[in-house]
Amino acid sequence: MDDLVSFLTQLISLSGLSGYESPVREVLSTRWRPIVDELSISKLGSLHGLKRASDGKPQGKIMLAAHMDAIGLMVSGYSENLLRVTSVGGIDPRILPGQMVTVHGKENLPGIAILQPDRLVNEAHREKCPALERIFIDTGLSESELKETVEVGSLVSFATPPTHMEGGYIAGHSLDNRASLAALTLCLEGLKNTKLSWDVWAVATVQEEETLGGALTSAFEIEPDLALVVDVTFGKGPGATDHRAFPLGKGVTIGVGSNVHPSLEKRLKALADEEKIPYATEILPASSGTDAITLQVSRSGVPCEVIGLPLRYMHTPVEEVALADIESAGRLMAKFISSLNANTMTEIRKEMLEW
Amino acid sequence: MVNKLKIEQKQLSLLEKLCNAVAVSGNEGEVRRIVIEELKDFADEITVDAMGNVLVRHHAKNGTVDPLKVMLDAHMDEVGFMIAAEEEEGIYTFEVVGGIDPRQLPGKLVLVGKDHTPGVIGTKPIHLLEEKEEDSPIAQNTLRIDLGPAGKAKPGDYGSFATRFLRSGNNLFSKAIDDRIGVATLIELVKNAPENIELLASFSVQEEIGLRGARVAAYTFAPDLAIAVDSTPAFDLPREDGNENAVYNCRLGGGPAIYLADAGTLSDPRLIQFLCKTAEQNSIIYQFRQPGGGGTNAGWIHRSRAGVPSVSISVPGRYAHTAVLLSRLEDWENALNLVYFTLRGITREILETPRG
Repeated sequence: MDDLVSFLTQLISLSGLSGYESPVREVLSTRWRPIVDELSISKLGSLHGLKRASDGKPQGKIMLAAHMDAIGLMVSGYSENLLRVTSVGGIDPRILPGQMVTVHGKENLPGIAILQPDRLVNEAHREKCPALERIFIDTGLSESELKETVEVGSLVSFATPPTHMEGGYIAGHSLDNRASLAALTLCLEGLKNTKLSWDVWAVATVQEEETLGGALTSAFEIEPDLALVVDVTFGKGPGATDHRAFPLGKGVTIGVGSNVHPSLEKRLKALADEEKIPYATEILPASSGTDAITLQVSRSGVPCEVIGLPLRYMHTPVEEVALADIESAGRLMAKFISSLNANTMTEIRKEMLEW
Repeated sequence: MVNKLKIEQKQLSLLEKLCNAVAVSGNEGEVRRIVIEELKDFADEITVDAMGNVLVRHHAKNGTVDPLKVMLDAHMDEVGFMIAAEEEEGIYTFEVVGGIDPRQLPGKLVLVGKDHTPGVIGTKPIHLLEEKEEDSPIAQNTLRIDLGPAGKAKPGDYGSFATRFLRSGNNLFSKAIDDRIGVATLIELVKNAPENIELLASFSVQEEIGLRGARVAAYTFAPDLAIAVDSTPAFDLPREDGNENAVYNCRLGGGPAIYLADAGTLSDPRLIQFLCKTAEQNSIIYQFRQPGGGGTNAGWIHRSRAGVPSVSISVPGRYAHTAVLLSRLEDWENALNLVYFTLRGITREILETPRG
């Protein structure tokens, strides 16, 4: 548990915005190198960790996907001593005023996302909702200093420090989806002494928040027979109270719906029951909003399942998750992988005729 | 020639400690303890009054007869929160203490209670927003402080933003520069007190909710004159319409802002002139805060007893009453020196001519 806390703390201290994931890839590479047989990097930057079948004769290939990119901001221009920004990924501008950020110019600069003061905005905008056009980044530098250091296109990431809460909860930015990368890593470590019939491809995907292109291209390259996607889902709490949200610390979610495969749902639930891993069913009537969207339709189609980690305040710098749920996800994936054998695909194809 | 005081690592570390303390109006204990600890070996007398103000006296030395009694004031309190009620496990309703624009609340880390229990003020995920919801401000009464499902607080517990102090070159970032920068300034001034005057330093409570502490401190001290040292907003930023910004109030890097007139005080012109003269003689840059609204503890001090000639000096700071203010180290150093040289040079004479 201590190790999980420190690893996750490290992961959410990194930037790694969509399209610029290298800081996360480097940390993951170091962590994965001793626990996989091969590490490679896809053409778009996703990290592939291959753990080979124990006898070198894989009966199938499973891909485990968790995206490593984060939402943030990008410099779009200057306004005297301030920077204008646009968003990378989905950000509600109303959470931006007063956030500490890091501007990744020629050097990293601390800055504040500011709401233009009411006395300086047009009358119609006073006391109104913070819109992105009235939000700027202030680094405290003068206009000339700023132009020497920061360019249009420079990235701006949240600088909210990781916060450890009583009872095994952690808050911070980018827990979507670094929490899932921690779960994926736990899974790989959990397979250390397991006899594997299948090749296991752990993939930290890029660009989920923008294009879903990382999972799409890695699935093409790897050609998996099955895939598990681990991503965050809505945590029950302020602002999220209906059936779409799940309590923190009470287990993972297992998806049901068109984006996932019923055979995998059935198997994961059976394993979770057997291993007493707590879970809830998350209905995905159309789309899961995860890498499974592109994974499912890669090449001639890939049966997928989505494992969800409940997370409060998604896409804010104060996202919150339960460590216990991360451990559950890691354990469930490892159990599933160890259950794969030479007959799995035949069985799944057979089951498909019975839906 | 007396050397200027310098802001070095020691002073910065003290400011950092002061800024990271949680001391919301009515609950200033953490800062109070730092002030007392810092000054116990330098002051002639330290008392804590009925309100919680720390009243520090440094007597005139070398047999000065009937020394001029100069009051310095800086407020210890900051804006923040008070826990109202537990709604469900670890989720609390809260009220704001002091003036915080509700648009500054969403998505922040906070610290609650004596143990600085960490918490967050989260918001509904963007994915779950109803149509047009993004176009309406998030109302404070819809927000909650979340200490995590296992976190505990009691109604009445105080909290503040959790932003950690950060120095980057000449820039200082903190939740509580208003007015820990004044508190740090006064601590330096007591440590470097001149011998010619009776220095009366009030580290005041409850400024943010109505200047209550300074009011009673001024009564107790009954000073001949007073200087309030505070943080004042700098709006030295571009306007939305692109026109010249004529309402900047003051500017970062422009030196200490001397108050002429605000919503509560018409500064004593004799003191203003003396400050300007002192600044010029000592090559300290300064600026006038644009006359207008706002105010400092001088608003009560100058009306204490039979009246106290008063003036305010502030360190410019952008984004007051939000999770993070931005000030400049050089402005702080210049503010410190302006008051330092003023104290050394000031005599009863300047009050002998009637106020203009």
